[in-house]
Amino acid sequence: MLMTEGIWVWIAGVLTLAIYSFLYKDNPLYKIAEYIFVGLSAGYWAVYLFWNFAYPNLFEPLVIEGNYWNIIPIVLGFMMFTQLSRRSAWLVRFPLTFVLGVSLGLQLIAAVEGDLVPQIIGTFSPFSKGTLFHTYDTWTSIGYIALLVGVLSTLVYFFFSREHKGVFGGIARTGVFYLMIAFGASFGYTVMARISLLFGRVYFVFHDWLGIIR
Amino acid sequence: MRLKIPLAIIFVMGIFSIVTHFIPAKPIADLNQTLRNWYIGIISFFIFLGTVNLARSNSEKIKTKARDWQYSIILIISLFVMLVAGFYKGHTSMEEGKPFMYLYFNVQYPLESTMYSLLAFFITSAAFRAFRARNKEAVLLLVAAVVVMLGRVPIGAAMWHGFPDVTEWIMSFPNAAAKRGIRLGIDLGLISMALRMILGIERSYMQ
Repeated sequence: MLMTEGIWVWIAGVLTLAIYSFLYKDNPLYKIAEYIFVGLSAGYWAVYLFWNFAYPNLFEPLVIEGNYWNIIPIVLGFMMFTQLSRRSAWLVRFPLTFVLGVSLGLQLIAAVEGDLVPQIIGTFSPFSKGTLFHTYDTWTSIGYIALLVGVLSTLVYFFFSREHKGVFGGIARTGVFYLMIAFGASFGYTVMARISLLFGRVYFVFHDWLGIIR
Repeated sequence: MRLKIPLAIIFVMGIFSIVTHFIPAKPIADLNQTLRNWYIGIISFFIFLGTVNLARSNSEKIKTKARDWQYSIILIISLFVMLVAGFYKGHTSMEEGKPFMYLYFNVQYPLESTMYSLLAFFITSAAFRAFRARNKEAVLLLVAAVVVMLGRVPIGAAMWHGFPDVTEWIMSFPNAAAKRGIRLGIDLGLISMALRMILGIERSYMQ
């Protein structure tokens, strides 16, 4: 290992322990690591977005290709900073409404074409390929029926214009059961993802840094 | 001017984005692409604004010697170091082996993953306190969580070989069903809200 790489591993190792020190209690070491993290993250995203989004889309065409139309979005971008002053804060409405207008238009199309229609097709299409149990194995067929029942009952649960009583209430309650399964599954999934990260950090400390695990 | 022009901008941009999606012919398609590039470029200014705001609020904390102001110095230095590392060599600053990437891989990434892994402890202790099988809904939540957790680790498969398959089934069908229901609701909400905003009925964002 190069000496410089060794220094970086030491920095990463010390910072990892500083964060874990919070498990004992909030302390200055944790706070230092936390503030370093916030500062670096803000800097990272500013740099990343500049070189990957702002520069190739706005500044490069203006400077390299001489596309002077790009002055418009650059001015709109800088108008965002008018929000920092109370007197000129209203000027932020111009870039904000430009971004919102384009974004809402794109999202509206994306929601219909990319989400709403494919999700509905995905829910009903297994039933259009002939008899369900002849096309798929038993558990997959039961799964598709459960999927259809689940989608419809969850939608019914979120329909608040009618009181959840009688048959309608029963369907809504089925929706609640589905939601509980989904929340439980998401929770289990999240826990395992976090534990996997924990293993990664513990492995880093004992393998990369301390060299105890070979 | 303060109200009508912004309302006109959102209306024109919104309608234009929707209509041009169905006109793939030049020059409309080119104009649409240009607007999209502008949009992508402008949204990055939101983060720049956030960064400036972060620096400003922490500088204020240092100036007024507010509680924990010493840590704000660390934040400002970290932010400054990252910005210098990211800009001093132009767009090549983000290449592999440059200080910017060293800082990312050896300082920011370890801090980020450690911070998230810390949640493993809190999420587990919260679950231990909150998960009580008091009614049918709570039982379903508990069972789904336990099965998914066991299905994702080798010890689960060692206990019963069916755990990974059951986990896969839960994730693919009942879990997907509820999430699809939620998503369809979100999409319908998004469509109605987008139309309200484009048509100028919803104006709360301008306050």
